[in-house]
Amino acid sequence: MDYLNLSVKELNRLFLKGELSPVELLKATMERIHMVERDVNAFITTCLESAEKAAEESEKRYMKKAPLSPLDGIPVGVKDNIVTKGIRTTCGSRILKDYIPPYNATVVEKLLAAGAVIVGKTNMDEFAMGSSTENSAFGPTKNPYSEAHVPGGSSGGSAAAVALREVICSLGSDTGGSIRQPAAFCGVVGMKPTYGRVSRFGLVAFASSLDQIGPITSNVEDCAILLNHIAGYDPMDSTSADIPVPDYTMVLGRPIEGIRIGVPQEYTQEGVDHRILEFFEEAKEALREVGAKIVQISLPHTRYSVAAYYIIATAEASSNLARYDGVKYGSRREGSDLLSTYELTRSTGFGKEVKRRIMLGSYVLSSGYYEAYYMKAMKVRTLIKMDFDSAFQYVDAILAPISPVPTFKIGERVKDPLSMYLIDIFTTPANLCGIPGISVPFGKIEGLPMGVQLLGRPFEEDTLLQVAYALQKGVKG
Amino acid sequence: MDFEPVICFEIHAELKTHSKLFCACPNTPLAKPNRNICPICAGHPGVLPVLNKKAVELCIKAGLAFNCRINPTSKFARKNYFYPDLPKGYQISQYDSPLCEDGVLFVPYRDKELVPVGIKRVHLEEDAGKLVYTSKGIEEAEYGLVDLNRAGVPLIEIVSDHERDPITDLDVARSYLETVRQILRYIGASDCLMEMGQMRADVNVSLRPKGSKGFGNRVEIKNMSSFRFIIEAISYEISRQRELYLQGKQVVQETRLFDEGKKITIPMRSKEDAPDYRYFPEPDLVPLNIDETFVERLKRDLPELPYSKALRFKETYGLSKEEALTITREKGVGEYFEDCLSYCSNPKRVFNWITKELFRLIPKEEISPKGETFPPSHMGELIRLLEEGKITDSLGRYVMERSVTTKRRPSEVVVEEGLEVIKEDRDLEEIIKGILSQNSDAVKKVRGGNLNTLNFLVGQTMRETKGKGDPKRIREIILRLTEETR
Repeated sequence: MDYLNLSVKELNRLFLKGELSPVELLKATMERIHMVERDVNAFITTCLESAEKAAEESEKRYMKKAPLSPLDGIPVGVKDNIVTKGIRTTCGSRILKDYIPPYNATVVEKLLAAGAVIVGKTNMDEFAMGSSTENSAFGPTKNPYSEAHVPGGSSGGSAAAVALREVICSLGSDTGGSIRQPAAFCGVVGMKPTYGRVSRFGLVAFASSLDQIGPITSNVEDCAILLNHIAGYDPMDSTSADIPVPDYTMVLGRPIEGIRIGVPQEYTQEGVDHRILEFFEEAKEALREVGAKIVQISLPHTRYSVAAYYIIATAEASSNLARYDGVKYGSRREGSDLLSTYELTRSTGFGKEVKRRIMLGSYVLSSGYYEAYYMKAMKVRTLIKMDFDSAFQYVDAILAPISPVPTFKIGERVKDPLSMYLIDIFTTPANLCGIPGISVPFGKIEGLPMGVQLLGRPFEEDTLLQVAYALQKGVKG
Repeated sequence: MDFEPVICFEIHAELKTHSKLFCACPNTPLAKPNRNICPICAGHPGVLPVLNKKAVELCIKAGLAFNCRINPTSKFARKNYFYPDLPKGYQISQYDSPLCEDGVLFVPYRDKELVPVGIKRVHLEEDAGKLVYTSKGIEEAEYGLVDLNRAGVPLIEIVSDHERDPITDLDVARSYLETVRQILRYIGASDCLMEMGQMRADVNVSLRPKGSKGFGNRVEIKNMSSFRFIIEAISYEISRQRELYLQGKQVVQETRLFDEGKKITIPMRSKEDAPDYRYFPEPDLVPLNIDETFVERLKRDLPELPYSKALRFKETYGLSKEEALTITREKGVGEYFEDCLSYCSNPKRVFNWITKELFRLIPKEEISPKGETFPPSHMGELIRLLEEGKITDSLGRYVMERSVTTKRRPSEVVVEEGLEVIKEDRDLEEIIKGILSQNSDAVKKVRGGNLNTLNFLVGQTMRETKGKGDPKRIREIILRLTEETR
């Protein structure tokens, strides 16, 4: 039996029955990693020794019939921008290539408290800046279905690792689509929760007002289970929401009859690959068939979302990345004086895309340009949010494509940053509005996976999971 | 042409909280280097700030004491710049919506009338760390060391207004600094110990023709840490700018440094080189919402402020204005004074014994009603002993000293050291007779009306009685005896 293809719930059942042990599962995981990792490059760091210890501890708990949670003994991957005490956390950057954090992110503490077995730190675009995982100082991650193609990004490592069952599930982070898009490109489920649903404490900041940690799993149920264990208020994160966390698995399988699904007219217009449009129509039909009510809506300001996003995100990033100056930790390149030390450290420590965004962000915040760029982008952000607010008066969730283009080849877009940025058109609005979004596998284009996303009202992840579950069943059935 | 200066202060004061502004590290910047740091104040990847409530309270209290409006919503902003003592590469401060705005502070002008000074804003921000160099100057040092104990320590910045009731006089400037310091100490917001770096000031100085409402080019003088240097720097800057104008030249808008040795200001950087801090709203903190009842509670908790206390002391206790200002300069002293009066009833006498004697024995800053060294009850007892004539003034000083050093009550000191005044005139007479018989020349002079000699004899008697004789009585007895033996 190939245990690696089982869901969290199925594995948990086997653990409880004593038919499988966490140590055995980890061994299978390690074998898989050994087999595929050289080709796919989903991990920057693996921590198999500490994982073995954790699995042994977990096994003891199962022997006592006292597991900590359904995640107990489950091998997980953690994106390398989520800090892990004592385990190197690089953010995919040369500047942090030897950085060992002195503390755990809140989500990591939560995973450990649930008994999860952390197997390693997954590859990513440097500081989560990218849509293809090509911008990693540790080499690109490959698409699990084609070595020539990108896995999407920036959480490409987390998505590929789950797709290839190097881990059962993983954590990613989504600033402008970085969970949902690679999940779609790798044929797995990925959720960006509501801003404030999951603590950001210990998530290395790219754009603080947009970043959110979320689950990447092989199915909707696993997604709900993982979300159960990472969501919740954290006094260490002032932007986290003090709102009770429901059991997200409760809604799975509930009929979705009468649920109103909005379809934004602007999302199926110019520039979208026709095959993606076809799948989108199919997804619409699939939802209609299981009882959802499809409603045409309008989100007119979405066309400005990439522009607003790349101003706000780079502005925040230019400030968030100022701390990597070689003074306190991380790589340092000594110059003849302070200024040249800064310049050398940062120009050799950061990759091209990161430097491009720091420059962009510094520019839009400069005196004399602030109003024209940053302030204006913030206003556009409000307009986009108003679009969604009014749409959610009439619909319970919104169905939208993930990307206007299918998975592309490694190297195909790196020379043209703008074409890379434009891929984020359908994913960035959720971040700008702070609303939750889930990406569900749907269809294949030239043998490579694609997905659709569902967007929901703030803190209504349960509705999204319910609809996504129904859609997934529909796909399977 | 007659010029008037426009002087604007940006005063930074370290708040007296237990922990730092955004993390739980102790607020003790002078501990051993890098003892009080954590991933948050050291700016590690992934950390987030959590606002210290006590710091917000103290900032609001300061705002209330300076008669500011407390904004129901204020925001934090990032001030971006690179420096090794700034771990995050930005300082979390407040920019376009500060916590407190539009206040006014009345400061005593030459200890007489009150002058209003406009307060533009009072806001919260975090302090940076400190750089320590191996040799004397930055230039010669081979390397610098970073101490982050101070990084994240809460500060308030108090900005005086340049348009509404600006400071236009050096005496007002000095009084403003003193009053701000006094009030911050009164309300417990900061100890404002300049020598510990708890209070620092930048000052903007410009000149304009007297009567004009416009502004000349201003010069900013940065980071001074003593009132004396601040006043010297302003004074120098006023004459330098006046000189330039009189020569028909322009003042360059720039930042200057005060050379403490030469007592002059020197250019640091021009307006063109001024850094662009790229302020933007801090996304890691939510807007700070202050509800009215919270402010009301803080308002109620606010102590009586120095000037109103001085006025009340003047009215209630019949002190002169100068005396009232002196006794209320330190909050503890004023409270001590008032507490003493529940043990005795002579305000003037208490005032004198505090300012003339107690100040010599205990540092002003340490005097408080709760102090154990010489509590108000001891002062009351001492005053009663004096009033009842049990001890003399000169003996009183000694009793106070002994009481302070041994922590015994004044009455105990008197009894244990046998210091009670010689009450019986007969005992005194015996002693005086002895002295007079040894100083027959002096006796003659006294008879001849020589007051110096009389004082000499009184002194001799005082010495003989070890201060236990009442000088007034001694004087009477000497005069009587010299007459009698004529």
